[in-house]
Amino acid sequence: MPEMYEVMENEVLAEKVNRYRIHAPEIAKRRKAGQFIILRIDEDGERIPLTIADADPQAGTLTLVVQEVGKTTARLARLRPKDRLKDVVGPLGSPTHIDKFGTVAIIGGGIGIAPAHPIAQALKQAGNRVVSILGARTKSLMIMEEDMRRASDEVLICTDDGSYGTHGLVTDVLKNLIETQGKPDLVVAIGPVIMMKFVCKLTREYDIPTVVSLNPIMVDGTGMCGGCRVSVGGKSKFACVDGPEFDGHQVDFAELMKRQAFYQEQEKESFARYQAGIQEKNTND
Amino acid sequence: MTDQLDHKEIERLQGLKNKDRMDIPRQKMPEQEPEERRANFKEVPHGLPPMVAVAEANRCIQCKKPKCVEGCPVGIDIPAFIACVAAGDFQGGIRKLKETNMLPAICGRVCPQETQCEQVCTLANRKQPVAIGRLERFLADWEREQGKVETPKVGTPTGKSVGVVGCGPAGLTVAIDLRRAGHEVVIYEALHAPGGVLMYGIPEFRLPKKIVNAEVDVVRQMGVEIRYNHIIGKLKMVDELLEKHDAIFLGTGAGLPWFMGVEGENLCGVYSANEYLTRSNLMRAYDFPNADTPIARSKRVAVVGGGNVAMDSARTAVRLGADEVYLVYRRSEVEMPARDEEIEHAKEEGVIFKILHNPVRYIGDDKGRVKQAECIRMELGEPDASGRRRPIPIEGSEFCIDVDTVIVAIGNGPNPLVPATTAGLKVDPRRGTIKTNLNTMRTSKKGVFAGGDIAIGAATVILAMGHGRKAARSINHYLESGVWDIEYLPGEEPSPEEGKDKKS
Repeated sequence: MPEMYEVMENEVLAEKVNRYRIHAPEIAKRRKAGQFIILRIDEDGERIPLTIADADPQAGTLTLVVQEVGKTTARLARLRPKDRLKDVVGPLGSPTHIDKFGTVAIIGGGIGIAPAHPIAQALKQAGNRVVSILGARTKSLMIMEEDMRRASDEVLICTDDGSYGTHGLVTDVLKNLIETQGKPDLVVAIGPVIMMKFVCKLTREYDIPTVVSLNPIMVDGTGMCGGCRVSVGGKSKFACVDGPEFDGHQVDFAELMKRQAFYQEQEKESFARYQAGIQEKNTND
Repeated sequence: MTDQLDHKEIERLQGLKNKDRMDIPRQKMPEQEPEERRANFKEVPHGLPPMVAVAEANRCIQCKKPKCVEGCPVGIDIPAFIACVAAGDFQGGIRKLKETNMLPAICGRVCPQETQCEQVCTLANRKQPVAIGRLERFLADWEREQGKVETPKVGTPTGKSVGVVGCGPAGLTVAIDLRRAGHEVVIYEALHAPGGVLMYGIPEFRLPKKIVNAEVDVVRQMGVEIRYNHIIGKLKMVDELLEKHDAIFLGTGAGLPWFMGVEGENLCGVYSANEYLTRSNLMRAYDFPNADTPIARSKRVAVVGGGNVAMDSARTAVRLGADEVYLVYRRSEVEMPARDEEIEHAKEEGVIFKILHNPVRYIGDDKGRVKQAECIRMELGEPDASGRRRPIPIEGSEFCIDVDTVIVAIGNGPNPLVPATTAGLKVDPRRGTIKTNLNTMRTSKKGVFAGGDIAIGAATVILAMGHGRKAARSINHYLESGVWDIEYLPGEEPSPEEGKDKKS
């Protein structure tokens, strides 16, 4: 029997992108599409929020897809099966509103494809026609294509450099989709904030309801600290309990981007210190 | 330490007449000098040395009708434990104290004694009151440092089980009392550490975490199971807990920070006090980069508010290296809800008090970081609903303070996670608190009890403990009798304890 929060699997999906399966049976049983967890690697670790990409209630595991961007995510990448996380807490946030909308375009940008996956699954199961638009910088960074194909009626691929699928951005593909197939009844966009911002700009022009999933800086995830507040329709909302999904046409993306960058200096410093430590260790070995 | 006692001196003190007792000056508690402590997170007061404690205890005149006991939200037999200290019997003193208060090392440090027991001390009228809080702290520290902490006896197993939601002061108290009665207890805690506000909110320099951990260890040794990372309302629902347990106690606290709703409140560098303190205390951001969690490297900080949380935030900012820390409070110092000692300590540490000021907006730079707090001057008008004089803005008096960090410490509402996900649990629509009969700590849902901030809104650690204690009695009654619908516990008179003050 695996231990609580044990790493069952750590697989490289693309450069600096790993897929983890974590033993957390109670969360695996309870979680719904759109929800997230917060984890902490060890006693000195920070609490980081990560959207749940999938779960297997029978096996008692959660699937997380994480991009290496700083110290904590780099340390995660070095974990091996049988290693144990100190804490995993969840499922947090409100689940995605699942209904029969008709046709839903689900846009996953880069690492955002992972959290888009359970939403595609749930919406398809609810009887929607799901068209997924997957975007990445380049072909080698395209992840979970097969999973998304299984969860969608149609999959459209694009890359920034044209190395795979359409040469262009997800917004180009979405625009083309709207013009050739008509307006979807709902758009769900998950990915970099800048991508969500431009998707929302486009869908506003076409007047298509659009849901985005936000990932601001958080500490506790229960509404206690308010660090994750975002302006939605001119009102302050806590992404951890009021979200993480919001009406994309109401979100102040510019503010969100600035807030996400607040600790950049410290994050860089912490990462550099960590990398120097690894290098030193490697030299000594 | 006992052998450090000067028995001749004790004998002399014990022989004093009341008049002479009252002439003993209130003893000073040694503490770190302000210059020194500005740069560290170590506890500020060092505690009373044994003979100083004995002298202080001998100031007590052992009133026949002690008002201090009435002034204590949990009704500690104060003269009795002080009499033990006065006689040099510390073991007897701590036992007496623990008959009523299981967490004295915490209460001795964070209770607002000056508005409770010490306010009504007979000596307070003529001289200074007996330092009840310091004596309480002394006994608890003595017991711990001597390695004499006694784990309370666990009752004969009843076969009943109680689920406690939240490992803060209310939850810990109820857990102890229920184990004493022989019930099984499981505490469900949302965070990764015990203690609730004692751990994430109150800073190390006011309440060292090793003290909280020591108190929690006792709870564990009594056989209470604490399950961390359990968010009730998300991972499990209250109704599911009711299937596993015979009763549930909700002590989920006031975990929802208020903001003022002024322009610029979402700028980078504007924190809720909860976030600022949680980063520094629970996540140990003061030790960044050894600990991974960052916190702003502030130079000029404005803290908004006048309670203990505001003082804790301001004093934390000082210790994190800020050059100037302003405390912006809309009323005058008299109305400040913080403990006197915290106000005094904050001033000594160089916090600049901007009383009768209120922020009206925050101004940011091109990176979205706060650079100025625009404040307006205030004056006091007629008393408002709280009995304090209402602050009124003086038109045209706006001016800006240059800041890089703002910490909003204007209070907290009850955390809505449990109320929002539990059918049949009535909630006060205005305050968000769980409707709770404060005589029985029973909610509108059978088998579910509540106490602490979730029941009355943000209050004090000691009130939460008082609620925990009362809830345990009520749970015992319910589990023994099976009777749910009662107004008062059998044999208990209506108590006027609630809503006395707002300090923590």
